[in-house]
Amino acid sequence: MMDRIAALGRGGLDVISSFGRSGRFLVGVLAGIPRPATGFPLLLRQLYFVGVLSLAIVVVSGLFIGMVLGLQGYTILSDYGSEAAIGQMIALTLVRELGPVVTALLFAGRAGSALTAEIGLMKATEQLSSMEMMGVDPLRRVIAPRLWAGFIAMPVLAIIFSVVGIWGGMLVGVDWLGVFEGAFWGNMQSSVDFVDDVLNGVIKSVVFGFVCAWIAVYQGYDCVPTSAGISSATTKTVVYSSLAVLGLDFVLTAVMFGDF
Amino acid sequence: MESSAYITLKDVVFSRAGRRIFDGVTLDIPKGKITAIMGPSGTGKTTLLRLIGGQLRPDSGQVSVDGHNVPALKRKDLYRLREKMGMLFQSGALFTDLSVYENVAFPLRVHTKLPEDMIRDIVLMKLEAVGLRGARKLMPSELSGGMTRRVALARSIALDPELIMYDEPFAGQDPIAMGVLVKLIRDLNSSMGLTSVLVSHDVPESLSICHYACILADGKVIGEGTPEELRQHPSDRVQQFLNGQPDGPVPFHYPASDAAADFGVTGGAL
Repeated sequence: MMDRIAALGRGGLDVISSFGRSGRFLVGVLAGIPRPATGFPLLLRQLYFVGVLSLAIVVVSGLFIGMVLGLQGYTILSDYGSEAAIGQMIALTLVRELGPVVTALLFAGRAGSALTAEIGLMKATEQLSSMEMMGVDPLRRVIAPRLWAGFIAMPVLAIIFSVVGIWGGMLVGVDWLGVFEGAFWGNMQSSVDFVDDVLNGVIKSVVFGFVCAWIAVYQGYDCVPTSAGISSATTKTVVYSSLAVLGLDFVLTAVMFGDF
Repeated sequence: MESSAYITLKDVVFSRAGRRIFDGVTLDIPKGKITAIMGPSGTGKTTLLRLIGGQLRPDSGQVSVDGHNVPALKRKDLYRLREKMGMLFQSGALFTDLSVYENVAFPLRVHTKLPEDMIRDIVLMKLEAVGLRGARKLMPSELSGGMTRRVALARSIALDPELIMYDEPFAGQDPIAMGVLVKLIRDLNSSMGLTSVLVSHDVPESLSICHYACILADGKVIGEGTPEELRQHPSDRVQQFLNGQPDGPVPFHYPASDAAADFGVTGGAL
């Protein structure tokens, strides 16, 4: 019995110390202001790896999710004779919720896991140590550009996801099922508010991008530098990011859209 | 020792994961010489290099490099001091996404504002020194183990450091590659006047090139001196290590409980 209580206590202490380490790590990363001449090319490179290379999965997912929303929305709304509201339904669903959340989940799976594995391998092959010994701070040189790239790329990817999703919904609703195009776009335009819906959705994706990128780079930097350690860190990145995104989404939704 | 000490370790105590790695290590490493630090696997030789480089901090004691107390340095000062150090890692630790040329150019690009043509000349000179000028366009994945270490060596001397630390440079090398590395370490030391710290458990190679050597075991320095002095050292432990004897003061058997009890034989003849 005492052993179990002790194990529980140890686990709790491990979690708290991990939070502490990740906080100190974040401060270390954000504290150094990179020189524009060296920092900007590194950031651009990471934006390509984290953002541009995630475009395919985001666009394809956005398209299919938009098309599914179109189909499901039409099926339900036509029962009430209000299939003209399908544009409004698709846009609000995507902009407020599915755009930021699904993009963040995809981001964690594609870019987050890649970041963790890359940094973990750099640690295991002593590349980070050798950088330190050359008088180059890996937090600024390796970690910071990746963190900032995730932070910048996520909202852009979420916007692209929502735009493609709306287009997919239109393909199904208007072009296939015959909803009047004017009503599709008109209802959408009149019901989607820029600040309440679009901006709040973007704020969500900014928060998710920051959290996903932070978890990914921290797990890579803090991993046990072995094959098993890197594998475990990569898994943790995807699991923790997904849980953090879903949990934060509830909190943010309650704050932004909850009418208490 | 004729030369003054470039690195001084005084009563260094260091523990990790509840295990005491160093228990009062005191050592002077002379300037401009090759010093070999030897000892059985797991005695903390690489840890010693990390303490000298400031990647680890001792629990107590003093680690001084060129007059600077390393553990007490601020981050900025430590990074500035490291610009005077080069380190050859056991794995080479080349940046896998950069070519051989870019790996060697990396410290120059980060720490200097030299024009590109000058960087090119320096990189080619360093690669020429390790015999790999012709391999400049290759990626690290295309290099053999020995070539990787030579490129890493070229990178670690790119900024003309005062101190270079070699972490197990001969481990896993074939005789030719080992001979090349021995020659390079000796030539670099004499031509550049470097202070070299060589961590290894390859006794013949290390003693053939070092001016001074010490043997670490059980968290302490158990023997030090010139190669000749070490060969004549009275300690049985030093002789066991230098001559590679399987049993002696360092026992062949890992400490274990009573063998008869382990094999389930009670009162037997075991």
